[in-house]
Amino acid sequence: MKFLSMHAKFGPVTTALLSASLFVLCVAAYFTASHIRHQENPKDKIMPTIGKMWKGVENTAFKEDRKGEYRLWVDTWASAKRLGYSTLLLVLAVLLGLHMGLYPFFEAVFYRFILFFDKVPALALLPILFIIFGLGELSKVMLILLGVFPTIALDTYLRAKAVPREQIIKGRTLGAGSAKITYGVVLPQIMPDVLNTIRLNFKAMVLFLIAGESLAATAGLGYRIFVVRRYIAMEIIIPYVLWMSLLAFVADLLVRLWIKKRYAWYQAH
Amino acid sequence: MNDTNPMLHLEDVYMRYPSRDGTPITILNDIDLKVRQGEFITVVGPSGCGKSTLLRLILGAESPTEGAVLLDGKKLDAPNRNRGIVFQKYSLFPHLSVMDNIVFGLDAEAHGMFLGWLKPGQMRQRRRAFRDQAQVYLERIGLADAADKYPHELSGGMRQRVAIAQSLIMKPRILLMDEPFGALDHATRTEMQLFILEQWEQAEMTIFFVTHDLEEACFLGSRVLVLSQYYQTDAGRGQGAKIVGDFATPGGHPKPTDFLYSEEMSQLVHRIRSEGLSPDNLQHIRDFNLTHRDAFRTVNPEEWQREQ
Repeated sequence: MKFLSMHAKFGPVTTALLSASLFVLCVAAYFTASHIRHQENPKDKIMPTIGKMWKGVENTAFKEDRKGEYRLWVDTWASAKRLGYSTLLLVLAVLLGLHMGLYPFFEAVFYRFILFFDKVPALALLPILFIIFGLGELSKVMLILLGVFPTIALDTYLRAKAVPREQIIKGRTLGAGSAKITYGVVLPQIMPDVLNTIRLNFKAMVLFLIAGESLAATAGLGYRIFVVRRYIAMEIIIPYVLWMSLLAFVADLLVRLWIKKRYAWYQAH
Repeated sequence: MNDTNPMLHLEDVYMRYPSRDGTPITILNDIDLKVRQGEFITVVGPSGCGKSTLLRLILGAESPTEGAVLLDGKKLDAPNRNRGIVFQKYSLFPHLSVMDNIVFGLDAEAHGMFLGWLKPGQMRQRRRAFRDQAQVYLERIGLADAADKYPHELSGGMRQRVAIAQSLIMKPRILLMDEPFGALDHATRTEMQLFILEQWEQAEMTIFFVTHDLEEACFLGSRVLVLSQYYQTDAGRGQGAKIVGDFATPGGHPKPTDFLYSEEMSQLVHRIRSEGLSPDNLQHIRDFNLTHRDAFRTVNPEEWQREQ
C-alpha cells in the first residue's frame, strides 16, 4: 500500500491519470446507465444519450429559435451582465471594508450594522427586493450584490486590520498622508487576498443569480433551466449546467492567474 | 553642534497603562533625557523594562501620561518625517520593489496620492529625479543590483539595509531603531553593525538604537542608556523603569572591532549587567551611574532625601 502513504511520489503522467480518473468514471457511468435505459425505452427523457445532448446544444447554441435568437448566447450574455454589474458594485464593499479597518469612525458606524446585515438571509430579502425594485434587472443585481456584500466588506475589514501597525507608522515617518497610507500602503497589500475572497464568493453570486432568474426573467442561464424543466428537457439542462460550471471555473482561473501575474510578491510573502 | 539647545529633550516623563483590574501600572518612571545632534545612543535594559515604549514616545506613536517630549523645542505629536524608524520586522512594504520602497518617502512628499493623475508629465520628470537620488543610496548600501527585487527575495540583512536607506533618504532629524538586527545571524549582525556605524559617520545623523544585546550597545553607542525597573529608593522598591545608567562609552567613537574583545568591553558589560539587569541587585537611586555630560535628573524628595 505504498501509494497511499504520506510520502508517495507520482510522476506527472500518473498524477494526470489519477486526476482524470474520477471524471472518466462519472462520464462512463452516466453513458452506461443512459445506454441501458435507452435499450428499454428508446424515448427515455431522463438520461439523454450523447447524440441527443449534442442536438440540444446545436438547437440552443447554433440555431435560431422562434424569436430569431441564439438562445444559449442570449442567456449567457443576460446572466453575465447581471453578474458583471454586481461584481463592479463590489468595489464599494472593498472600499467600505478598507475604511472600516483603518478609520475608527467608519468602524464605529458600520461594523455592527454590517455584521447584523450579514446575518440576514439574502434569499429572504428577494420578495422585498422584487417589491421595491420591480421585476426588472435592478432587483436581480441587488440580490446578488446584497448576498455577498457583507462578506466581502467584513473580510476586507479584517485584512486591513491585520496589516502590521508598523507599516502604517513607517508610512507616516516617510511623510505619507492618510490617503497615501490607505490607498498606497494598505490597499495594495491586501488586494490579492481581497481578490481571492471575491473569487471564492463567485459560487454564492451564481447561486443568487439563479435564484433571482428562476423567479422573474425573460432570459438567463438559470431562467432557461427552470423553463425547460417543464418539458423534462434534460438534453438542454445538462449542457447548461456544464456550461455554467465551465464559465465559473474559467472566471476563477482568470482571477488566479491575474493574482499570480500582477502580485508576484504575494506568493512567497 | 549646538551646546545650549539639545535636539531632543525629555523631562519628568511618566508612562502608565491601566492594568487588567483597573489600577495603573507605571512603565516609565520620571525619565529625564537630553540628546544632542550627532549622538549614537544605544538603549539597553531587562526585557519588559519599557525600552520600546521610550522609543515609541520619541517616535510620537504614543504620548506620555505626564511630562514633556520635545524635539527642537517643539512638542511631539504623531509620527512624521522628522523621525525615521527601522523595526526588527515589517519595515519594508512587501508589495513594492526595493527601488520603490526607497523612493516611497520622496514620492509621498512631492505628490499626494492623486496629484499624479492631474499632472502626469511633471510627475514623471520628478520621479526620474527621485530614482537617481535613490540610486545613490542603493549604491551606498551595496544593493545597486537589487533595485527591482521585492523584499521577500532579499536576505534579512539586505532587507534591513534597504529599510535604513528608505529612512535615510528622507534625512530625518533622528533615526530610531528598534532591535533592528535582532533577527539576524551572528555574522550578518556584525556586518550590519559596521554598516550602520559607517552610515552614521557619513550622514552625521543622530541615532537612537534599542537593543537587548549589551555587547552591541557598548560597541555601537557613543552613549549608552541603561533603563531598568530593578532599583530602590528611600520609599522602597522602585515602580516602573528609570534611567539607571547614562554614560559615554570609553575610548573614541566609532570603535575598532578589537574593542569587542577587549578587557574594557567585558568589564563594561559586566557592570551594566549587575547594575541594571539583575533583579537581585537593587541599586539605590543615589548610586546610579549618570556620568554622561548631558545626563540630568529631577529628584523626587520622597525617593531620595539628599541631606541625610
